[in-house]
Amino acid sequence: MQPQGEVMSSTEEQEKWLADAMALVQHHAFFMHRALDANNLRDALKFSAQMLSELRTSKLSPQKYYELYMRTFDELRMLEVFFKEESKRGRTNADLYELVQHAGNILPRLYLLCTVGSVYIKSKEAPAKDVLKDLVEMSRGVQHPIRGLFLRSYLSQISRDKLPDVGSEYEGEGGNVMDAVEFVLQNFTEMNKLWVRMQHQGPAREKEKREKERSELRDLVGKNLHVLSQLEGVDLEMYKEVVLPRVLEQVVNCKDDLAQYYLMDCIIQVFPDDFHLQTLETLLGACPQLQPNVDIKTVMSQLMERLSNYAASSPEVLPEFLQVEAFTKLSNSVVKVIEAQPEMSLVGAVSLHVALLTFILRVHIDRLDYVDQVLGACVKKLEGKGKVKDSKATKQIVALLSAPLEKYNDVVTMLKLVNYPKVMQHLDYETNKVMATVIIQSIMKNGTYITTADKVDALFELLKELIKDGEGAPSMDELDEEDFKEEQNLVARLVHMLVNPDPEEMFKILTTARKHFGQGGPKRLEFTLAPLIFSALKLVRSLQGQAADDDSPVSLKKVFQFLHQTVEALSMVPAPELSLRLYLQCAEAASDCALEPVAYEFFTQAFMIYEEEIADSKAQVTAIHLIIGTLQRTQVFGVENRDTLTHKSTGYSAKLLKKPDQCRAVFACSHLFWVEAEHGIEDGERVLLCLKRALRIANAAQQMSSATRGSNGPMTLFVEILNKYLYYYEKGNPQVTSNVIQGLLELIQTEMQSENTAQDPGVDAFFASTIRYIQYQKLKTDEVGERYAAIQI
Amino acid sequence: MNFLIGAFKPPCTVSVEFKDAETRPEANIKKENGQMAPVPLFQSQESVVGEVRIEPLPGKKVEHMGVKIELLGQIELYFDRGSFYDFTSLVRELDVPGEIVDRKTFPFEFSTVEMPYESYNGVNVRLRYILKVTISRSYATNIVEYKDFWVRNFSPPPEINNSIKMEVGIEDCLHIEFEYSKSKYHLKDVIIGKIYFLLVRIKIKHMELEIRRRESTGSGPNTYNETETLAKYEIMDGAPVRGESIPIRLFLSPYDLTPTYRNINNKFSVKYYLNLVLVDEEDRRYFKQQEITMMRID
Repeated sequence: MQPQGEVMSSTEEQEKWLADAMALVQHHAFFMHRALDANNLRDALKFSAQMLSELRTSKLSPQKYYELYMRTFDELRMLEVFFKEESKRGRTNADLYELVQHAGNILPRLYLLCTVGSVYIKSKEAPAKDVLKDLVEMSRGVQHPIRGLFLRSYLSQISRDKLPDVGSEYEGEGGNVMDAVEFVLQNFTEMNKLWVRMQHQGPAREKEKREKERSELRDLVGKNLHVLSQLEGVDLEMYKEVVLPRVLEQVVNCKDDLAQYYLMDCIIQVFPDDFHLQTLETLLGACPQLQPNVDIKTVMSQLMERLSNYAASSPEVLPEFLQVEAFTKLSNSVVKVIEAQPEMSLVGAVSLHVALLTFILRVHIDRLDYVDQVLGACVKKLEGKGKVKDSKATKQIVALLSAPLEKYNDVVTMLKLVNYPKVMQHLDYETNKVMATVIIQSIMKNGTYITTADKVDALFELLKELIKDGEGAPSMDELDEEDFKEEQNLVARLVHMLVNPDPEEMFKILTTARKHFGQGGPKRLEFTLAPLIFSALKLVRSLQGQAADDDSPVSLKKVFQFLHQTVEALSMVPAPELSLRLYLQCAEAASDCALEPVAYEFFTQAFMIYEEEIADSKAQVTAIHLIIGTLQRTQVFGVENRDTLTHKSTGYSAKLLKKPDQCRAVFACSHLFWVEAEHGIEDGERVLLCLKRALRIANAAQQMSSATRGSNGPMTLFVEILNKYLYYYEKGNPQVTSNVIQGLLELIQTEMQSENTAQDPGVDAFFASTIRYIQYQKLKTDEVGERYAAIQI
Repeated sequence: MNFLIGAFKPPCTVSVEFKDAETRPEANIKKENGQMAPVPLFQSQESVVGEVRIEPLPGKKVEHMGVKIELLGQIELYFDRGSFYDFTSLVRELDVPGEIVDRKTFPFEFSTVEMPYESYNGVNVRLRYILKVTISRSYATNIVEYKDFWVRNFSPPPEINNSIKMEVGIEDCLHIEFEYSKSKYHLKDVIIGKIYFLLVRIKIKHMELEIRRRESTGSGPNTYNETETLAKYEIMDGAPVRGESIPIRLFLSPYDLTPTYRNINNKFSVKYYLNLVLVDEEDRRYFKQQEITMMRID
């Protein structure tokens, strides 16, 4: 490292040197102008040579040298005009051409020679090709990299409009396009050599600085390629046979990282797409021969990008791609490059594949096998590497995997890619999960239905990091719970996309999914099984109408077996509340299918869970209400079974911990005895029993309240019970009479006015609206109105 | 002193005129004072024809023992001042002893004179041709008048003109192969050639081609060599790498060259050399000198 001060001074030094040189150029230019004005050729040559001698400096950095060059360049333009005049005054251009070569120093001599050469070609006194050839040959005398580069750049500059290209005025006697190409190629080759050589001159510690300086000069070299690409006469044939092989030869042989990268890039950028397409083999053939540190992947990616864009530009060119087997060539080349550069980072290799894949997706969208082939190649590269740790490489792999996903927008298509999961395996746990999430989101977004068990299998193989604990996954405790939930919710949502109208296949899908979910461990089951069960229930609904046939691969029985096992598995998790609900769902479904034993079994399971696993009193309340609700709607049971179940329900209701809960559960139980349906039950007596029991409990609660708090609680329970009474009264339960209601009404009114009773505006409102309801019903003229007439308020 | 000069002033003026002075080509020759002056130009086998005009000063007459004109080819060696070697000496008697009173002209002619050597003005040697008119007198000193003329001879184009090709080097340091297209050049010729670098392990700064002239006078132990560098022509700038070939094209016309003279009358030689010089970054010079033959070709 250099101290800051020295760096500064070196910049200042540069400025000073440049200023000095500029001043001298100006000085000599002044005398040159004077000589030009005086038509004094000898002096003009003398002073111009002196001026050009300033370009012999070795002190300036490329940038400063460029400034100096530009200054003299302007002066040389004037000299050129003078030379033109001179030839009009009778001096032959051949003479001039010789005369300037008398200069003793080579650099000024060659600048002058180029300047006269330009006039000489224009005069057509000599064939352009000969003059050009001579100039490019003579320029070999300058071997100093910077000075040589600028000299040749000058040559390139003055010769640009004088090449004997097709259609140029210099074509014919001046040569043909071959000569033009030859000239530019030679100049290019020499410039590149000089440019490369810069790297090897000077002390090793300034390597970086030199690299920087070199990249400042790179366009001087690349300009030649641009000139070549601008030649009218360079058609595909010539490009293929001459230009490209020669340029590549130089690129490969120069063995310089910077140059190879830049030039390959240049070739790709300056020549037209269809040329590239037709010469793919040659161009790609050079890639594996480049230096191991050259960033080939970027080069090739760019090529593929260009070709992709070309293909995208118009569909007419697509046949061309097929004709030249672009893909095969590209993919072979990718393999070769990776082989040739064992040092290439994983990122590089993968990003090459990404580029190739992008190419396929643009050009051969229909060739899924190509896509798979690329993924396969990538798998090969990743083989034995285990999980990829490098974050950049991971990013590229994600890109590789996302590209087809985005392009096809269809996970089903991708599931055909055998190698896709293999690539995915190499992602580390986190990324894999992210990728899986992306896949699911894609499915969701596009509403893609997964319709066969095989696909489900394949899909879950992809998503396995979400579905089960893979190797390398952190233990459950370390997971962020929220994230985990989110992921599992996604998986749960996914279940609804696994749909097939054919029950047989659907069932297969379910079993497959079940199999995969089964490996997920208790924590996941909680999330994943529920949707699966609902999905199965949906299947049940669709099967419901069909005749039961035990021989068919899918029967209701089988589905229920499946459901049973699944819920059982869930209950093992344990997830008592959820499994209870699901059992009840299943029971109801079974009931709808008129499968009494099955429904009974589900209820049994539900009760078992209630008994064994639901200990929390609040949960019990919820559970019992659920059971009651379900049971009420279940009509499949015969008297015996029904009795058993209702008995159990009422029993459990009365055993709830809190009195109000008991009370509510009990009056809810009343519904079990009053089902308005085709084969409904209308057991008014038992209804009344339940209601009375509820009243008793409400009383007991009131007493407890006064005993513990010194005042009665609000009359909520009573109002609620009153409402139940009204319900049954309205329904025409003979056991519920107006007297009973009347009594209850009075009781409530008295109690509410009692000072002993806690006031609650909510209850007051509830009661008031109940009264209003009664009044409203009284107004009716129908049967209900008549019944209500019996009630006095 | 004026009168003295007047006293010893020859009583007549003598001038020599060439017959075809109007049409004869002239050579621009650098005189001793550095000025360029035109001099009549001849070549071997030409006849030297003209007339000598003797014009006595008014009122004077010239008594003489005879008038003669000599054509002399002389080699003059400076280190040996005063020693002239006449390799050619021809005499024509112009007048028998007598008196010249009036202006008198004597035509003379040396027909098809053998003038084998070219006129040459070197560092240590001069070869010249002169016409010497002598008016012999019995008492007074002879009246002598000189007239210089220049001789250039053309040689036929060489039948064999091989290229010069050579590989030279310093072991493990620098190996080059150079080639000059010819070994014999005429004075307005162009040297074409190339340098091929076989091995470069030194940091070369630049390379130049020198044209050197070596003039050797005397013989044996008394040989004097004088070398002048007539041209320094840079042919390469910067350091080449192995495999590089550098073109040479050097026009000879701007330089003041003469043909190669080999052992002229056993008195002197003038030889030309091409000296290829490589200069490295420490300003060390590596060179290789090759003789070339210069010729004057019509």
